[in-house]
Amino acid sequence: MATLYAARRRKNSATMVLSLAATAFGLGWLVLILGVLLYEGFSGLSLAVFTEMTPPPGSTGGLLNAIMGSLVLTALAVLIGTPIGILAGTYMAEYGRHDRLTSVVRFINDILLSAPSIVIGLFIYEVMVYPMGHFSGWAGSVALAVIVIPVVVRTTEDMLTLVPDTLREAAASIGLPRSLMIIRIAYRAAKAGMVTGVLLAVARISGETAPLLFTALNNQFWSLDSKAPLSSFAESLNSPMASLPVVIFQFALSPYKDWQQLAWTGALIITFAVLTLSVTARFFARTRVPK
Amino acid sequence: MQPAGRRDVVDLALQVGAVRASEAVSRSQALARLRIGDVAFRHLTRAAAVTVLLILSGVILSLIVGSLPALRQFGFGFLVSERWNPVTENFGAIAPIYGTIVTSFIAMLIAVPVGLMIAMFLTELCPQWLRRPIGTAIELLAGIPSIIYGIWGLFVFAPFLQDTLQPFLIAVFGEIPVLSSLFAGPPYGIGTLTAGLILAIMVLPFITSISRDVFDAVPPVLKEAAYGLGCTTWEVVRYVVLPYARVGVIGGVMLGLGRALGETMAVTFVIGNAHKISASVLAPGTTISATIANEFTEAVGDLYTSSLIALGLILFVITFIVLAAARYLLSRINKRIG
Repeated sequence: MATLYAARRRKNSATMVLSLAATAFGLGWLVLILGVLLYEGFSGLSLAVFTEMTPPPGSTGGLLNAIMGSLVLTALAVLIGTPIGILAGTYMAEYGRHDRLTSVVRFINDILLSAPSIVIGLFIYEVMVYPMGHFSGWAGSVALAVIVIPVVVRTTEDMLTLVPDTLREAAASIGLPRSLMIIRIAYRAAKAGMVTGVLLAVARISGETAPLLFTALNNQFWSLDSKAPLSSFAESLNSPMASLPVVIFQFALSPYKDWQQLAWTGALIITFAVLTLSVTARFFARTRVPK
Repeated sequence: MQPAGRRDVVDLALQVGAVRASEAVSRSQALARLRIGDVAFRHLTRAAAVTVLLILSGVILSLIVGSLPALRQFGFGFLVSERWNPVTENFGAIAPIYGTIVTSFIAMLIAVPVGLMIAMFLTELCPQWLRRPIGTAIELLAGIPSIIYGIWGLFVFAPFLQDTLQPFLIAVFGEIPVLSSLFAGPPYGIGTLTAGLILAIMVLPFITSISRDVFDAVPPVLKEAAYGLGCTTWEVVRYVVLPYARVGVIGGVMLGLGRALGETMAVTFVIGNAHKISASVLAPGTTISATIANEFTEAVGDLYTSSLIALGLILFVITFIVLAAARYLLSRINKRIG
């Protein structure tokens, strides 16, 4: 008996040590990747990175046009994707909570949520770039919007479902029309969660490279002209547009040392932007989710 | 179509300040406006929900239309041919398909046991106050953009493997009949194995967080009963937690597999982009997504472009099946919990 018990104890300790090792293994990669990023990227970090354009090989420069391009693409994608996502989530949680359309949309949305992003890029190439005849910032932001929509749909539906029905009934009992009830009451109660969804979507798309490769492509020059703001803004979106991830991709695979250094610096910027966003989103979700 | 008695109630709503209308006429107009707005909003949300469906059908349709020229030219042979020659415009998909499956397989081989172990640590072993920070840290791995894994893999991880793991594998398995061909060839650093290892790190957080959630959902009564019988922690996990959470774990694994199959940038950096099937996992290869990412913008001619889109269609069909299965399994366990 004693030996059997000892054997069980030994087996137990062995697996516990293994699980501890597995956790250390997982955390080790995080430390390693962030450490290398800091080490390689920090040395290249300077004011010039934020104020100068991407250089031709062999000369110095920064990432200004790529950073601006990323900001514009991301902002446009969120502007296009968020309303559609919120409205679709609203239908699923408020109007058709139990109908057929909702369950189909939920299933399809879950598929879109983890569909390979490169396939989204091919889709936008087929429907926008090819008919228009050229790569463009518009195509890039629509491709990113397609990635934003499922994230926002999912969180909106989840958060609206958590809003207690008593709130809705109270609103209905004073004769508030349903649309106003949703906008004034349900949205307000679920606000924190919905903001989290949008933040998560931004975090997701700001690092996306694959869908931009054949939609926004890249541009070594200023995509935005600051002299004639609005009209040229719309126009510049019709031309290829630089973005941080694509520039990192191009520079990292180049043989030039300065380009590789800029790629590391860009990687550092993008990683910390994304991680800050997702930690913020988590914080939002933890503090004010309606229970 | 409002019943007469409801009017007074609606008046109340107007007084609350939702809409301001003083005269009786303008009040009825306001009511009509409200009704129109109500119907319009409902249809707007419905249209948005349908948009989600349209996007997916659009993806499928555009991929099919785009790949028609290639499929017409090569027929079923496209799926089984290893040729990939842009000069003679002769294309076949088997090498990228093979690479996609092998790299994902290597990734799952490592990520599944490690992910389950971490989930076990987080639910059974870890002190309460450490659970959240460690869980969050593992999930941050999922937040790092894939291009970062790519650049890190190319400049740090691949050279490291070239100096350490790969010569070791060649030395150890070089004499054993079957395994020697699996680990044959010079240590390039980049190649199928490296891509698989990086994918393993990338899908680890997905498998960990879903397994942790389904482990957490096991009723404490069941675990306590087993502990009460004198089971060790491992025995509780092995004979109570795992059987109970099995369906959910498989769902999580499939979800991770879906990620691994479609992952693009990280793989593109380290796979080596060679359109051939090698027995050795140390040799460079290619995957569907890496081929598309590398060649699409440089593809000249309709047949070349169309072949790449056909590759995208194949990738989409594979991931669709895997993801649909994952969702089905996860919805089954959700039903049981909820």
